[in-house]
Amino acid sequence: MTLLDKIWDAHVVQKVPDGPTQLYIDRLYCHEVTSPQAFEGLRSRGLKPLRPERIYCMPDHNTPTHDQDKPIEDPVSKTQVDTLSRNAQEFGLKHFGMMDHNNGIIHVVGPELGLSLPGMTIVCGDSHTSTHGAMGAIAFGIGTSEVEMVLASQCILQQKPKAMRIIVDGKLGEGVTAKDMALYLMSKLTTSGATGYFVEYAGEAVRNLSMEGRLTLCNLSIEMGARGGIVAPDDVTFEYIKGREYAPLGEDWDHAVAYWRTLRSDDDATFDYEVRYDAADIEPMVTYGTNPGMGIGITQSIPELDSIDPAGRESFLKSLDYMGFKPGQKMEGTKVDYVFLGACTNGRIEDFRAFASIAKGRKKHPDVTAWLVPGSWRVLDQIKAEGIDKVLEEAGFEIRQPGCSACLAMNDDKVPAGKLAVSTSNRNFEGRQGPGARTVLASPLTAAAAAVTGVITDPRTLLVNK
Amino acid sequence: MKQKFEVVTSACVPLPLENVDTDQIIPARFLKATTRDESFFGDNLFRDWRYDSEGNPRPDFVLNDPRYADARVLVAGKNFGSGSSREHAAWAIAGYGFRAVISSAFADIHKNNELNNFVLPVVVSPEFLAELFATIEADPAAQVEIDLPRQTVTNLTTGRSEQFEISAYKKHCLLNGLDDVDYLLTKQPEIEAYEKRAYGGR
Repeated sequence: MTLLDKIWDAHVVQKVPDGPTQLYIDRLYCHEVTSPQAFEGLRSRGLKPLRPERIYCMPDHNTPTHDQDKPIEDPVSKTQVDTLSRNAQEFGLKHFGMMDHNNGIIHVVGPELGLSLPGMTIVCGDSHTSTHGAMGAIAFGIGTSEVEMVLASQCILQQKPKAMRIIVDGKLGEGVTAKDMALYLMSKLTTSGATGYFVEYAGEAVRNLSMEGRLTLCNLSIEMGARGGIVAPDDVTFEYIKGREYAPLGEDWDHAVAYWRTLRSDDDATFDYEVRYDAADIEPMVTYGTNPGMGIGITQSIPELDSIDPAGRESFLKSLDYMGFKPGQKMEGTKVDYVFLGACTNGRIEDFRAFASIAKGRKKHPDVTAWLVPGSWRVLDQIKAEGIDKVLEEAGFEIRQPGCSACLAMNDDKVPAGKLAVSTSNRNFEGRQGPGARTVLASPLTAAAAAVTGVITDPRTLLVNK
Repeated sequence: MKQKFEVVTSACVPLPLENVDTDQIIPARFLKATTRDESFFGDNLFRDWRYDSEGNPRPDFVLNDPRYADARVLVAGKNFGSGSSREHAAWAIAGYGFRAVISSAFADIHKNNELNNFVLPVVVSPEFLAELFATIEADPAAQVEIDLPRQTVTNLTTGRSEQFEISAYKKHCLLNGLDDVDYLLTKQPEIEAYEKRAYGGR
């Protein structure tokens, strides 16, 4: 059996004849954007959540990244955030509102509080719910009708996805991160290469990732079209979870770990698709187009038109036209206007450590506007505890308050039309960071290198020898 | 909502681009609504391709081409609906008046969202898709027939027809105007039995 089979089978309530599986959901997370119509639907049917104790709510998409102690200025954003709070109160759901110490980006907070645990099924009306798969869980994004479904029944109807395993052998080079690994995989498999599949990540390079790195990797599973991504839980996972606020304690902890240790694909498990890569082939990556699969190693050039499949050429050219790039062009040396460190992809402590390792002793380039946004208040606490805030301040950077920030242009942090941003977020779609904004996805190290030089720069040229 | 689907015969809106993501279908700034007003989302379908920053229609975008004004089927390149899980994208497609979307591949979450809003995602072969784009280019009034009971899609100009996949359960829902919540509410005893089994009744 695969790891997917084991967790899936443990959650099957029943199989609908000639249809999907009714799957029990251990954890539903709700944020303010994709839940109001689900609560409204529940109300109009005269229902209440079936299992309120399995549901956690927090606003993150609309939250401003400054002055969170004051009311949100944008009245529409404020209404949406207030609506979540009101719905949670009406239906008796746990709610971590703005300024609550447990608030932050839902995909950062879930693992960090020990709410997302190995062996669980976890859903949220957000495609990056795949993040929680790093804990050894089946976690996937759903639509609002499906949120309503889970509120009403604690179950969801889903076709079981096919199983894919991606093995990355060997060791990542210096200056190459989990983000680069994910962008590399997308560049190989394309943005739809894993559609219909659930991906298990394995191999030495994946095993060697920290929990933060695995969360980044699984976060980006959806960008290959995968239903979700998972890493088999191991000592790295258990060490991360132990002692967190909602983690099991005492005897419960021992029982949990004993069960979690069984959560791995059997040696004779078969996958519908398996693919293998060598970590040594991975460079720091940057995207050049308008989907996350359009990525290249930072020393490489944008592909020539004749290397693109004819059916995709119109999209390819439209994409380059939007970005203002030409086929065959080098990315290094391109002028950068904005740098964004944060999002559910790279808003964790390790990402701030990485950024600071390059910023230390250098200065922010005067032409660059930089937004450094921790994924949660707890990440911010740790930044301060480790003195990273001081390093960044000395380099001319300011740390903002937690939230989704410039990832998706739903709050004040928007990149102006025509400006180029090097961003640690997850999507470089047209207009994603603001109408007309141009996004280059990269790792925190590459973002830091751009922030101090003002141009796209190979971060390996700036690494300090240890 | 819950408009039953049987047979739709319609002209098509061609969008021969691949990887059309849900941020293009409905940009994030239109996601702040707290109600499911489909006409609002439909008015903003493909907002930034359809209107310039001043709100004027872009004449070169297909939805602004009067020849396609009555078309109720959208035809798009592969991997339609990738990216964000926002159901607002499906609401926008439904709100505009589309009954079905034809493509050679859909992103998983968006496909479910369409089905849950009684918009039928029809997966066809790349060859069928290429021929259909050519047919529409030659004659913008060219029609397709989508027959859900028979699970067939037909290019009425060339006569080319294909079977498409849909689960028997979802087909039943679409034909009868039922949704998944209606169904799950009948499964309360099974849910409680599962909880006893898995959680020891906790």
